Amino acid sequence: MSAPTPQSIEDLTAGAVAELAALETAESLEEWRVAYLGRRGRLTSVLRNLAGLDLEDRRRVGALANQAKSDLEQRLEERSTQLREVALREAAEQGRLDVTLPGRPPAGGRLHPTTQIVREICAAFGAMGFGIVEGPEVEWDHYNFEMLNIPKGHPARDMWNTLWVDYQDEAGEYPMLLRTHTSPMQARVMEGREPPIRVIVPGKCYRYEATDATHEWHFYQVEGLAVDEGITFANLKGTLYEFARRLFGEERRVRFRCDYFPFVEPGVDMSIDCFACDGQGQGCRVCRDSGWIEIMGAGMVHPNVLAGVGYDPRKYTGFAFGLGPERIAMLKYGIDDIRHFYSNDLRFLQQF
Amino acid sequence: MKVPFSWLRQYVEVDIDPHELAHRLTMAGVEVGEVEEIGGWSEVYVGLVTRVGPHPNADRLRLCTVSTGGDETQVVCGAPNVAEGQKICFGRVGANLYNTHSGRREALAAATIRGVESQGMICSELELGLGDDHSGIVVLPDEAPLGKPLNEYLGDTILDLELTPNRLDCLSMLGVAHEVAALTGGRVTEPAVHYETAGAPIDQRVSISIADPDLCRRYTASLIEGVRIGPSPGWLQDRLARAGLRPINNVVDVTNFVMLEYNQPLHAFDMDRVKDATVIVRRAKPGETLTTLDGVERRLATSNLVIADSRDPIGLGGVIGGANSEIKEGTTAVLLESATFDGPNNRATAGSLELRTEATLRFEKGLRTELAPIALRRATALIQQVAGGTIAPGIIDVFPEADAPALTAPFTAARLRQVLGMDFDLDTVKGIFDSLGFPWESGGSGGSDGSDGSDGLTVTVPYWRNDVSIEEDLVEEVIRIAGYETVPTAMLSTPIPFQTPSPGPALREQVKDLLSAVGMQEVINYPLVALQELERVGELDPQQPPMAVANPMSASHQYLRPTLHASILGTLAANQGHGAGPFRFFEAGRVFLPRSGDLPEEVEMVTGVLAGRRQETSWLTGGESFDFFDAKGVADSVLQRLGVLPVYEPATNALFHPGRCAVIKAGETKAGEIELGFVGEVHGDIRGRFGLEGAVAAFELDLARLLAVIPESDRQFTALSRYPAATRDLALVVPNDVPGGRVNDIIRRHRLVERVELFDVYAGDSLPEGFKSLAFHVCFRAADRTLTNEEVNRSLDGLLRTLEREVNASLRG
Repeated sequence: MSAPTPQSIEDLTAGAVAELAALETAESLEEWRVAYLGRRGRLTSVLRNLAGLDLEDRRRVGALANQAKSDLEQRLEERSTQLREVALREAAEQGRLDVTLPGRPPAGGRLHPTTQIVREICAAFGAMGFGIVEGPEVEWDHYNFEMLNIPKGHPARDMWNTLWVDYQDEAGEYPMLLRTHTSPMQARVMEGREPPIRVIVPGKCYRYEATDATHEWHFYQVEGLAVDEGITFANLKGTLYEFARRLFGEERRVRFRCDYFPFVEPGVDMSIDCFACDGQGQGCRVCRDSGWIEIMGAGMVHPNVLAGVGYDPRKYTGFAFGLGPERIAMLKYGIDDIRHFYSNDLRFLQQF
Repeated sequence: MKVPFSWLRQYVEVDIDPHELAHRLTMAGVEVGEVEEIGGWSEVYVGLVTRVGPHPNADRLRLCTVSTGGDETQVVCGAPNVAEGQKICFGRVGANLYNTHSGRREALAAATIRGVESQGMICSELELGLGDDHSGIVVLPDEAPLGKPLNEYLGDTILDLELTPNRLDCLSMLGVAHEVAALTGGRVTEPAVHYETAGAPIDQRVSISIADPDLCRRYTASLIEGVRIGPSPGWLQDRLARAGLRPINNVVDVTNFVMLEYNQPLHAFDMDRVKDATVIVRRAKPGETLTTLDGVERRLATSNLVIADSRDPIGLGGVIGGANSEIKEGTTAVLLESATFDGPNNRATAGSLELRTEATLRFEKGLRTELAPIALRRATALIQQVAGGTIAPGIIDVFPEADAPALTAPFTAARLRQVLGMDFDLDTVKGIFDSLGFPWESGGSGGSDGSDGSDGLTVTVPYWRNDVSIEEDLVEEVIRIAGYETVPTAMLSTPIPFQTPSPGPALREQVKDLLSAVGMQEVINYPLVALQELERVGELDPQQPPMAVANPMSASHQYLRPTLHASILGTLAANQGHGAGPFRFFEAGRVFLPRSGDLPEEVEMVTGVLAGRRQETSWLTGGESFDFFDAKGVADSVLQRLGVLPVYEPATNALFHPGRCAVIKAGETKAGEIELGFVGEVHGDIRGRFGLEGAVAAFELDLARLLAVIPESDRQFTALSRYPAATRDLALVVPNDVPGGRVNDIIRRHRLVERVELFDVYAGDSLPEGFKSLAFHVCFRAADRTLTNEEVNRSLDGLLRTLEREVNASLRG
């Protein structure tokens, strides 16, 4: 091989650059690198053949050759990057998804809306120190009525149309019933322990009642009871006001009016100002123009109830309340018919 | 209870807006359901028809001249009942009347009818908006004041009360009047009663006795002779009609009027038909019957209280009168009864005979004995006023407890503070009692809290109130009139009692969360079912029938369910009508197992069903349906999460397809094996009975049993091994009857095995007849070192020997 000249290096470089520009694959780039820059590559050979030149030429041509080598290396790097980008672009193009197509549905299970609202109610009272207890759905008349100051023959029994269990005692009476409220747990809880008492009782209740959009014969109730020395009607107001705000918003106002339940005295019901119309009333369907929505009954535990479980009514006082979770859910979610709850139509259940 | 203002104003001034009054009553516990306005007419007056003549151009029309006192007007009238001398409702031109042609209320225009000008209208009920009658004009009583605007004469506001059962007093006009007075600062004027008497005193004419004083606490009576039975005067008929009662005759109307006025039901007997002028108040004798005023002959029970003459019952005390002593046309002597009957007995009689009359609505709530003579005298006077006659001097008053002290209750400021959490000025309290008509005395017997009474009152409960007897009742009286908004609002500041959550409900809620997290939808079904539903799932045991409801609303909700199966399959069937699934439902609810002479055992169960497509219909997925292993996977995931190691064994259960049912047991418990429930595919016959399409996989867990096997101690952390695992794949050939679960368990329990995973089950040509192949990934790991190849192989060899010995397994060649 003849000794390299500046001209031959220039020619070699120009040829290599032209060749590089035409290469399209990673493999051909590697071949090109080996051909020019590899250990036996053509430019490497130039450097190896410098020995035949005199010192002056060797220095000059050597510098040129080194310059050419680093130039080719840089060009190789650029071309390589270029080719990678092209390849990525092409791959992306081929793997493109129609991202507007629906996703793969995961299994969708939900809790019944009653479960959800009962939990919400229990959490609100739980935060105020109320523990949760449950009781039997089939009850004795004794706990459902008599211990609640509603003796046999009392006209107030008409307030709870009762489903009686087909079982007669020796006297021919029907002592067993499907509980009409969860209030019987008042006596059961108090019989079992001394004050202080602070419990709520969620559970199913039953009434002999024709169903319509606002009445069900099977429904839930959350009963509450707090008994201790020094509990007053002011505490009843404070507790239920806090509850109303937790469920219906901080700005809610509450109103109490006189009402009657035989196991409390005084007895009240609590309304909240309508969240749909902000208490304006006029033309509002939710509160039927009144600006107020009744949400629960309450009162101070009747002394006969306390005395019945052996508490001294002059020492202990307390309050009790009861509310219907379905009604709360209907208000919160705008459900227009209570019959939806236990028809178990998936199209209803899966909205919650 | 309908309370017309026109009637209420007879006893108390009402000068506030009716809606404001309705609001105050409602807040004080006397709920007003509706405020009904009658009237609102303009340019309508009480008129007099002075002349009626023929219309020149129409046979069926008349020309009438109407006077309103001064001027006279000519109108054309088509009503068949128009006559000279009638007082009528006259609408002048411009009157706002209901136009029967347009169907709207609009101003009346002058009209020319068949060529004759008509300057107004004689109105029908329909045109006035008083009712639907358009067959004739409204004819007013003769005493209607000529020329008076009709609004002032007929206009009214009626409060429709929705009363709670304690407020008996507000079933009467006077009771409502006392409420109104307390809430508006008014005063109640009770009607004054005077009448003249003549002849022999009543106690020489009539003999009355109470044989059963436990059921009749007071019996008063008066005697009016020479009455003339006929229709009541207009004012009386009008009063009753507006309160919703139908006028009958003058004597009966008075008894109803006084009942609505004072609350005391009264009964009038035809004195001439009371044998031997003797009245005995007693329990019915065995076999006695009475034909009541509604014409029904009733066989009486010995618990029924009757009013009898010397021989027979003549009335059912406080419920309904007897036909044999009924006031009729021709009756001349009236024996008027005003008595106090026992509430519970009255209620029981009315209930058993299904006779809830206006009288029983009042007696059952316990009327005060003081009321009987007051109402008697008022009614006696009114009967004479509207039916004439002579009143015998005196009244009969049989009153065994005549010496009982007046009903009082103590009141102390201390008790009020203890109940309400606020202080009330005693003068304010006294003012409230005054406004309600409760007399009080300072001091007295002292409060029930044992105070000396210096801050207290002794309060007398007036005769119209039966709902006040203890100090707390008086506290309520004070606060309901003062308003609950005056009570401060305070959070509870007493100690929070220690509470441990009940484990049963807590587990139920946790299971509900776990199930919904794996895609199961919660449903809640009615716990009352029909027998046929239980038959359909084959769970009607004639030896132990489910508990029944004595008074079911329908046959479909008659029995307390002993199983959740029927309801949830029904729910599934109902939903299959709406699509192809997937349907993944569960219910956590109670079943009721009868116990002799006791409340049923209420067992919390969880039942789940899976049916239809395994996944939502999607462009990504195929149409595979749920099967046994989906239900098992769900049940298993719940149990695993609860720390229970379940064992599944083949089982037979009528609900499930033979060969596709496993019993779920908790194997490793102190109490030995405990059955927790079932998993399986529902039997085809049962699916058929519910009309279910496709396979239905189901599982069930008994929550009480589950609770018993959940590890009590808190979970302990197991250190994660820092050393690598070695995995071997194992293809085993075992006889067909060896359960895969058994093989799996043997491998899992082997030394150094950390985890085992079944990845293939194969049965086919390449295997000997009667054998199947099970392939496992087996993962070996030690906590303290890296296992050597030799160690793993040694363990594996041992495992294979065990498998061969236990289940005749060999490696697949």
